[in-house]
Amino acid sequence: MEFAELIKTPRADNVVLHRPFHLAVEGTLCLTGHHLIFSSRRQDNAEELWLLHSNIDSIEKRFVGSLGTIIIKCKDLRIIQLDIPGMEECLNIASSIEALSTLDSVTLMYPFFYRPMFEIVEDGWRSFLPDQEFELLSSVTDEWRLSCINKEFSVCPSYPPVVIVPKSVDDEALRKVAMFRHGSRFPVLSYYHKKNGMVMMRSSQPLTGTNGRRCKEDEKLINATLRPGKRGYIIDTRSLNVAQQARAKGGGFEQEAHYPQWRRIHKCIERFNILQESLIKLVEACNDQSHNMDRWLSKLEASNWLTHVKEILTAACLAAQCIDREGASVLVHGTEGTDSTLQVTSLAQIILDPSCRTIRGFESLVVREWLQAGHPFQQRCAQSAYSNSKQKWEAPVFLLFLDCVWQILRQFPCSFEFNEQFLIMLFEHAYASQFGTFLGNNENERSKLKLSQKTMSLWSWVNRSEELSKFQNPLFEANSLVIWPSVAPQSLQLWEGVFLRWNRPSKFLDEAHEEMINIIKYNKELQAKVNALRRQLAEMETDDRMQENL
Amino acid sequence: VENVRLLDRLSSRKAALGTLYLTATHVIFVENVSETRKETWVLHSQISSVEKQATTATGCPLLIRCKNFQVIQLVIPQERDCHDVYISLIRLARPVKYEELYCFSFNPKLDKEEREQGWKLVDLNEEYNRMGIPNNYWQISDVNRDYGVCDSYPTEVYVPKSANAHIIVGSSKFRSRRRFPALSYYCKDNNASICRSSQPLSGFSARCLEDEQMLQAIRKANPGSDFIYVVDTRPKLNAMANRAAGKGYENEDNYSNIKFQFIGIENIHVMRNSLQKMLEVCELKSPSMSDFLWGLENSGWLKHIKAVMDAGIFIAKAVAEEGVSVLVHCSDGWDRTAQVCSVASLLLDPYYRTMKGFMVLIEKDWVSFGHKFNHRYGNLDGDPKEISPVIDQFIECVWQLMEQFPCAFEFNERFLIHIQHHIYSCQFGNFLCNSQKERRELKIQERTYSLWAHLWKNRADYLNPLYRPDHSQTQGTLRPQMAPCNFLYKFWSGMYNRFEKGLHPRQSVTDYLMAVKEETQQLEEELEVLGERLANLQKSQLNDNKVKSKQQDRSKQLGLSNSNNSLANTPQEYSSDLKSFPSRSPSQGDEEDSALILTQDNLKSSDPDLSANSDQESGVEDLSCRSPSGGSCLPSEDSGKDSDEAVFLA
Repeated sequence: MEFAELIKTPRADNVVLHRPFHLAVEGTLCLTGHHLIFSSRRQDNAEELWLLHSNIDSIEKRFVGSLGTIIIKCKDLRIIQLDIPGMEECLNIASSIEALSTLDSVTLMYPFFYRPMFEIVEDGWRSFLPDQEFELLSSVTDEWRLSCINKEFSVCPSYPPVVIVPKSVDDEALRKVAMFRHGSRFPVLSYYHKKNGMVMMRSSQPLTGTNGRRCKEDEKLINATLRPGKRGYIIDTRSLNVAQQARAKGGGFEQEAHYPQWRRIHKCIERFNILQESLIKLVEACNDQSHNMDRWLSKLEASNWLTHVKEILTAACLAAQCIDREGASVLVHGTEGTDSTLQVTSLAQIILDPSCRTIRGFESLVVREWLQAGHPFQQRCAQSAYSNSKQKWEAPVFLLFLDCVWQILRQFPCSFEFNEQFLIMLFEHAYASQFGTFLGNNENERSKLKLSQKTMSLWSWVNRSEELSKFQNPLFEANSLVIWPSVAPQSLQLWEGVFLRWNRPSKFLDEAHEEMINIIKYNKELQAKVNALRRQLAEMETDDRMQENL
Repeated sequence: VENVRLLDRLSSRKAALGTLYLTATHVIFVENVSETRKETWVLHSQISSVEKQATTATGCPLLIRCKNFQVIQLVIPQERDCHDVYISLIRLARPVKYEELYCFSFNPKLDKEEREQGWKLVDLNEEYNRMGIPNNYWQISDVNRDYGVCDSYPTEVYVPKSANAHIIVGSSKFRSRRRFPALSYYCKDNNASICRSSQPLSGFSARCLEDEQMLQAIRKANPGSDFIYVVDTRPKLNAMANRAAGKGYENEDNYSNIKFQFIGIENIHVMRNSLQKMLEVCELKSPSMSDFLWGLENSGWLKHIKAVMDAGIFIAKAVAEEGVSVLVHCSDGWDRTAQVCSVASLLLDPYYRTMKGFMVLIEKDWVSFGHKFNHRYGNLDGDPKEISPVIDQFIECVWQLMEQFPCAFEFNERFLIHIQHHIYSCQFGNFLCNSQKERRELKIQERTYSLWAHLWKNRADYLNPLYRPDHSQTQGTLRPQMAPCNFLYKFWSGMYNRFEKGLHPRQSVTDYLMAVKEETQQLEEELEVLGERLANLQKSQLNDNKVKSKQQDRSKQLGLSNSNNSLANTPQEYSSDLKSFPSRSPSQGDEEDSALILTQDNLKSSDPDLSANSDQESGVEDLSCRSPSGGSCLPSEDSGKDSDEAVFLA
């Protein structure tokens, strides 16, 4: 294995590990192809730390005499410090970690080597297939069809092989529409609102350009989703300004003249480096130990993170409102239709559809609206808040989505089957994982990598009862209503579970959570006992009566 | 006044039409909608300001701001009526005599005995006994029995045994307003204590032998330590400025074995302005995230809260960990000193984190030691410069601690909010006047009722479901994170945006858990009943003795499980029967409200002419300049439609 070449010093003794809110521990550091392992065998307190190399965002080294110090900053935002005696060893270890954490070939990633230690009950790669989704849909409406037009990824490289489109539009028309949309992402069904039959579609921007090109098939396709005499809304996730500027590059937006039945609403959701910079600033503020209260608030404000959260949530609420309250269909797009578009469509579904608030429903949502919809996870999640490389395509788009979900969860603490830990787990695995689920940028790449054969799916692991119990919200009571979150600044908070996770003592909050679980568990036990006793009594009484009647 | 409109702060479209009544004690607004007749009651004593705004085509707007952070916007059709209401409210909100206050007319239909019982609920002598006092080091002193030494102190004061009347009186002459050092909290495990006083009249060089003896006596009362901390809670600059006026702070050289320490908490004027600024932020119509965070920072409010907390943490640490006694003072020793002593006590002693203990704490550190409730909370018309949210800050400190230690407090957020409400409401006599002396002269206990009895009676509403007396968080000293954890201090929307229910979580974990716990209790009872019946039945079967049991009927009547299951299955309903006044119904089925909230920033440009010309490309551009949400608007196709629905497009 070529990993051996990269590991110059596989092991160092007498290493001291420093973490916030923990006492320093002395132990042995080992490097393997995919992990950094620190183990302390002190009898009173043996512990091991396993860190995936792919979780390492950046590494710094410092020397004081012959004592070297490595500071490792992880994609999950944790920072650890290792004191390694011996300058050469320290340098070796640092350069090994650097090399191992920046492998450029996907097939060298841990998921291709990981062998599960658990029994696979259900293959996660087959848990959420488009056919099953469509079957559910066709039980309520026959206006839609499954199109295999993209079977070989020949029409749209970032779409899955099968997509749901209006029945009245044939594949030939779809091909033409694809030519008219950025990256060939023609409008497809994202969500069907059973309550009133309204739908949400998503696509990329139309390629109208400066001369106002039009495409009859495109107009026909989206009009096919309208009820006679009804109008629909196009939610453009860009500001009007940005959308107009896009025309110069061949992009653009739907002109009123050609789409008279549609009303366009512009929202302003930021992209790429602006989001990435926000994340970097926010994490910096959270890690800053020196400042006073005023600087904390102004740094929080300057990061703009919560502004993004507010914008995204507002756009999603608007989409949901158009569908549920206005009884109108909606088309959502931005530029490529792979980032802000997906934030809006997936959050709108959480607001509208109670099933998306269950664990399985949420997993299915992530598969449908993020993985299959072609959100480029590998590009976006290559680095996180501590990266120095300022690549254009890195952006915490998915993390922002999870943050918005957390905001809704916080406002409706009893309406979600999953808890905060579930969201944090998804955040971690999107950035570094032993599972293949978040590898690749779209289904096309995933199928070329043969992920479903060569790696394990995250869902195979999560959906086992042992794991599930960790992610269940004890307060959950099915709520079939549409839930309307508040987007006022007073209602939005910093997601401490992610951003302050390593900087605050969590003992008391954990205890509170445990107490909550116990209260509910005890209640359920009692209920079971009472029911059992009732049954027993009823039986005895019937026996009695029968005897009496004899 | 009829045909008055009550505006919703979050949405200008939603206004309720109704009738406004002014009574001797309340402003009452009753909605016209016949089936609900929703009523809004506001006590005159809660009104902090009334503002008459420029008359518009629809009528004359009247803005009422309340001390419990409610803001009421009324539109009165006739300018004349509006003016009359305005004038009456101005008068009614500023009573000049105590007798005008609501507590003298409020009658909860309790007999005399019950009233007396109510006042006995909190007994401070009992409290000092609980601390282990009197003992070998501390005794009760009657030196102030006729308020002869200090008229803002209680008659019964606890002082070190070695401090005789001569020392006390001598010391009192050397202290601002004669507020000599007296015991606030005593830790019986290590004899360390917290004492409080006002600033010494030291000027630039004055000293007082008796005062020095007094501090020495406090030190001696803690044999385990050879010094005491003297904590001046003011910023150093303020304290130094006071020296020019013949006041100031202790000179370490004059006192044997003291360690002097400044903790910069700002004065009441800074705090009043800070709150004012923060409330302005809360009142913004549809603030952006930046507006809000910037405004919050700019108000400095959380910085001040943290300063109070840090002072409390410092003292608690000195007492619990170093075993050193502390003397706390500020200028007069009735504002910052009260805040800091009570925060420290709360951290040190789990008793104060129970419902009863918290009442005792407020009674001890605030009421008995002459916190000037009347001046600070403007119960009677007075100098507006005396008003300041001193106890509000303490209450917020408690909330911040509750957020950090969710299992440590027996009571919940609602308890704090109700106490805050009643500090201003003057419905109960507890917080009237500026001192014990004034309250006795007014015979408050004979003429009014005690809030504590009222809260105690409804204590089930105020329980924190996560509290367990045997939980580790409820034991011993609370140790909050110090320095870098600024992010632990958060904006308390439950208090400052208390009446904007749309802003709060739609489902309350506390209420949910309380319902579960209540059900659990009923299940426990039923289990017992069932167990008994089972045993009886088995016995009777053995005896072949058939009892047509009445019990059977009884259990049917109980029907517990059914009713309760449905209760737990619909979290949006479980607290609808909460009758308490800021009814924080977590009901999230309330879609009307919420649908509107998300649209608020689109409301900016709701001019009808804008929505008309939406189809033109240029029209769209135009719109986008006015509001970032841009977009175009559907002319209402269906006039029968609820007008709310199109709101987000406007």
